[in-house]
Amino acid sequence: MIALPFVIDATLGRAWVRIIDVALLFVMLALGLNIVVGYAGLLDLGYIAFFAVGAYCYALLASPQFGIHASFLVLLPLGAMVAAVFGVILGAPTLKLRGDYLAIVTLGFGEIIRIFLNNLNRPVNITNGPQGITLIDPLQAAGFSLSKTYTYGGFVIAPVHLYYFVFLACALLTIFISQRLENSRIGRAWVAIREDELAASAMGINTRNVKLLAFAMGATFGGVAGGLFASFQGFISPESFTLLDSVMVLCMVVLGGMGNVRGVVLGAILLTALPEALRYIGPLQQQWLGRVFIDPSDLRMLLFGLALVLMMLFRPAGLWPSKTRRRELLINATEKAGG
Amino acid sequence: MDIFLQQILNGLLLGSIYALVALGYTMVYGILGLINFAHGDIVMVGALVAWSVISALGASLPVPTVLLLATAAAIVVCVVLGLVVERAAYRPLRHAPRLAPLITAIGVSILIQYSAALVWGKQYLSLPEIVKPGQIEFGGAQITTTQAFIFVLACAIMAALLWFVKASRMGRAMRATEQNPDVAGLMGVNTTRVIAFTFALGASIGAIAGVMVVLYYGQGHYFMGFMLGLKAFTAAVLGGIGNIPGAMLGGLLLGLIESLAAGYMGDITGGVFGSNYRDVYAFIVLVLVLMLRPSGLMGVGSGDRA
Repeated sequence: MIALPFVIDATLGRAWVRIIDVALLFVMLALGLNIVVGYAGLLDLGYIAFFAVGAYCYALLASPQFGIHASFLVLLPLGAMVAAVFGVILGAPTLKLRGDYLAIVTLGFGEIIRIFLNNLNRPVNITNGPQGITLIDPLQAAGFSLSKTYTYGGFVIAPVHLYYFVFLACALLTIFISQRLENSRIGRAWVAIREDELAASAMGINTRNVKLLAFAMGATFGGVAGGLFASFQGFISPESFTLLDSVMVLCMVVLGGMGNVRGVVLGAILLTALPEALRYIGPLQQQWLGRVFIDPSDLRMLLFGLALVLMMLFRPAGLWPSKTRRRELLINATEKAGG
Repeated sequence: MDIFLQQILNGLLLGSIYALVALGYTMVYGILGLINFAHGDIVMVGALVAWSVISALGASLPVPTVLLLATAAAIVVCVVLGLVVERAAYRPLRHAPRLAPLITAIGVSILIQYSAALVWGKQYLSLPEIVKPGQIEFGGAQITTTQAFIFVLACAIMAALLWFVKASRMGRAMRATEQNPDVAGLMGVNTTRVIAFTFALGASIGAIAGVMVVLYYGQGHYFMGFMLGLKAFTAAVLGGIGNIPGAMLGGLLLGLIESLAAGYMGDITGGVFGSNYRDVYAFIVLVLVLMLRPSGLMGVGSGDRA
């Protein structure tokens, strides 16, 4: 794992190291959404909004936009907290609603956040509107910056490598927290709510608070990932936080296996790497068919849509389903077979 | 020109289109309890098909013929699409957990959007002006004849639908299925066919709404179904989802709210919340309705619905 970025750098090129960095970020995001969708069974279609909140939180306070350059040690927890607050603000009025209403409201919430980010450059310029925020500080502490290239005796460590280690650490931490949560009292409460809310509340679970906690927890992960994203890219704009990005994260969770940490990690890595691989389709079309029929990014979306439909029809529990899910499906199948 | 009256007229006009789209959501929801996410995109396909027909024929035929052909083509394509979606994506999941059909619906929506992007491209498609619309003066406000036509047609369709659901045999079957599919089945209603018919009916009304949208804005785009669908859904919720007259009322109200808010909020707040926030108002309405009266204006309060 530690040698991975250097091996890939030497074989596939530096662009792929960058892709792996992004994949690790998406692992964090997908695991955050997994808490909300996979554990608690609340379909959130505006999850990218929390990512955006975290990213803007970091960007506004660590860039020339306001001339503030706070440390990431302050900003990442702050981003996480603000995102969690947003999660509660969104959750509080909507959690009484049944699943499909919740989906629409979260979708609307995601769009509202984006519209505000896009328009909050007037009358006071806060977010710099559609142009986004540039020159965001990298992660740096005590003179050590992740945006510099370090050389130790001919061994070059570029920023992408450094970010790899940071993201890897964060992703591993997220995986650890997710797994611990899954088997905790709260995790079991989430699953109980997902399976049968009425029964769960009869068992003495305060469903509203526990659901709010799921929202806040998921949002926290999103917020941290957002802050890391902003520092990694050095530039953010509302363009990066559209509905399609929400859907993509959702795809990762659904495809990988809702509620199963390993599945979600697999989904996140697959769905980040796959579009990059699809990039080669464009030149291939050119070569074989004479011209580019399908733009690779469109093809990606078509495949996403198709994958969502087909997964739900044929493998509703995902590529790597969690044990409980698999057991449930098995029971359902035998019940059906038994008549 | 009276600006207030003008905003009211614009709102009603826009609202009548929202109402037509909202009918598609509300009918399907009433029967299946499913939010047909792809409905907005079916409307988009209708709009783009109509755009293709109108731009291909241009002024070579009389205007009413062109419009009629465009609408007919849109209806055929949308009904086929609606039936295929129902058959392939929703029917197999009728007894699956709630989350499954919803995720499928999102997938279908993306599929339709990007297939449309393949067919029509991603640029804005502007409609050639086939007829110079006349202006109608209305107590100090102005609307074009096209707009007046859209409004009248929308109202006629809504009236026809109300009559159909109330009086026809199929309408009765639809209401029976809505109340209780199992019992309706026992009473000899072919519920599978009724559900397919409901999708087809929603899609054809959506197709007509799509033609209206393309005439109203004078342009089409592969992503236009998303916002339109969301607003129409909001309208359906506002009126009480599952309730057909409610969807009509909700659509008109939402059109009015949006038009007035976009028109006046900018002035009230000194240009801070101008018309660039117009899409936000629908969501605010949605959240408020869901918080305060989840069963909607005309819906019957039921614990399950919200």
